[in-house]
Amino acid sequence: MRIVIAEDSVLLRAGLTKLVETAGFEVVAAVGEAEGLLAAVERHRPDAAIVDVRMPPGFTDEGIRAALVIRRQWPEVAVLVLSQYVEERYAADLLATNTSGVGYLLKDRVADVSVFLDGLRRVATGGTALDPEVVSQLLLRRNSHPLERLTPREREVLELMAEGRSNAGIAEKLVVSDSAVAKHINNIFAKLDLPHAEADHRRVLAVLRFLRGGDPA
Amino acid sequence: MASISALERVRTHAPWSAATWRDTAFVVSGVPLQLAVWVPFWAPYRFWWISAIVVLLLAHPLTRAHRERFWAMLGVEIPLLPRKAQYGPGWQGALRQLRSWTAWRVLLYHVLVGPLIAAGGLLTLWVWAAGVAMAALPTFAWALPDSSGLSPNSHAATVAVTWVGGVSLLLAAPWLAAGVTRLDTRAGVALLGPSRAEELARKVEDLAEKRASVVDAADLERRRIERDLHDGAQQRLVSLAMNLGLARETLTGIPDEAMQVIVEAHEEAKEALTELRNLIRGLHPAVLEDRGLDAALSGVAARVPLPVRLRVDVAERASSTVEAVAYFVVSEALTNVVKHAKATKVEITVDRIGDLLRVAVTDDGIGGAAPSSAAAGGGAGGAGGAGGTGLAGLARRVQSVDGTFRITSPAGGPTTITVELPCAL
Repeated sequence: MRIVIAEDSVLLRAGLTKLVETAGFEVVAAVGEAEGLLAAVERHRPDAAIVDVRMPPGFTDEGIRAALVIRRQWPEVAVLVLSQYVEERYAADLLATNTSGVGYLLKDRVADVSVFLDGLRRVATGGTALDPEVVSQLLLRRNSHPLERLTPREREVLELMAEGRSNAGIAEKLVVSDSAVAKHINNIFAKLDLPHAEADHRRVLAVLRFLRGGDPA
Repeated sequence: MASISALERVRTHAPWSAATWRDTAFVVSGVPLQLAVWVPFWAPYRFWWISAIVVLLLAHPLTRAHRERFWAMLGVEIPLLPRKAQYGPGWQGALRQLRSWTAWRVLLYHVLVGPLIAAGGLLTLWVWAAGVAMAALPTFAWALPDSSGLSPNSHAATVAVTWVGGVSLLLAAPWLAAGVTRLDTRAGVALLGPSRAEELARKVEDLAEKRASVVDAADLERRRIERDLHDGAQQRLVSLAMNLGLARETLTGIPDEAMQVIVEAHEEAKEALTELRNLIRGLHPAVLEDRGLDAALSGVAARVPLPVRLRVDVAERASSTVEAVAYFVVSEALTNVVKHAKATKVEITVDRIGDLLRVAVTDDGIGGAAPSSAAAGGGAGGAGGAGGTGLAGLARRVQSVDGTFRITSPAGGPTTITVELPCAL
């Protein structure tokens, strides 16, 4: 799979390049600022772009803005945003239109190599990867009525779902059987008045739509 | 002054002392300036209205001249009067100025007090001149003809008395010069300078300005440190942790002990990253600048292991310094809640009320937090205990932007911290 990397720190750019190449991805471009990222995406049409939030010239949210442009102009290009801090607001912007092929992870997560590469792979193939911190922040903001109906276990499952994990992944994480997870998920959908959906990203979309306080889909 | 011994006073008031010459010069230099305002009134009295206008016009340059005189000769600084700009331009401004108490104080000095002091100055001058002339009498009296009333031959007693009188005058002149100098200084400071209220008002203005710039500078510095850490240490640490992670996953066939070391190093590096991230975010979160308080606070609230209800209702953003203080208040209060309050939930509200930004943090913990307590205490403001700056630090930071800090924390809770920050800063 072909990847574009946008990261302003030279050290990390080289490190990330090495990391994803080791995992069998092809890095077609590695750039240091948002303008370069957009140019590279336009030229190479990669499968995914790994984007740092803070980049020149303003060192604030250039990366997020560039990511939003990519999502709008080249929807087929997946975007994995890396941030030094997880900010719910950035995540909400990213996820506003569509949750397929998008990820938002703390930069620290690159240290957990296999977790990070899993996330990248998931995003590049049209899935979602959200940092657990993003999820907890999103949940915090919507901790109003319907969620309070969930049991702690169901809440846990919901958080893992929102991170973009599959049923099998959730089962593994919680050390329960797949069928138990499926049951929890059905309960969640029922309690939140969400219709059952098949694909992972549709599921996340439904969850996030709820999290953002909109009407349940 | 009171501590100066009598001997010292005599020494400084000797006719040949430097202080005496300085005082005399000062007193004499004042005379022309102090008499100047009366010159226009030599005109026939039907033109005195013109004289009055001339005096009004002269008042300002004369005041300036006196200020220079006080500063150059005595080192006494008379603070500048409130600037003209304060009264507004043109005739109306001039009239407003004329109605001010300050203007009348200045005129009082120039028209009445000044001339009286000038009289003192002239007297001083006369005492010196007479003293010198009389004390010097014996040096030339021999040349006088016998018929003169001051001839030593015929009127030895008169000469002696005159000489004693002259020496007395010479000894008295320094005291007179010093007295007039002191009088003039008092009058000058009281009448030519700003009144105490004006001076205090100006000082307050000055201090407020200075404090604002200090606070801004501190804020800027915090941002610079945040940026430096982010660009430097943090990136290196991420890279280090990534490489260790890579080694951990890809190295095969190395001894178990070696792998153990790598695993430990990897975990350490991740811990360090988390700590550094929390530290940096506490300094000044970038998101605060981009997206404002709501976005930044939801991030803080999410890190609290308690249910937090956050409501931010701020239509118009406050200055970045004020936002930084509000952010600091909330994050510090939440830290205290987690550490001390034993609460089960927290509520944070931020509203903009007119020119005030009001921040309230309420928890349902054990209460009993007091602003000054260094000991146990729960609640949103539970004093720092182990190393935390706690409430005192919070209150200081709030005061730095002229905000108010209130806490209610009855034993048994709930605890509420309310902070109001003026947004205009």
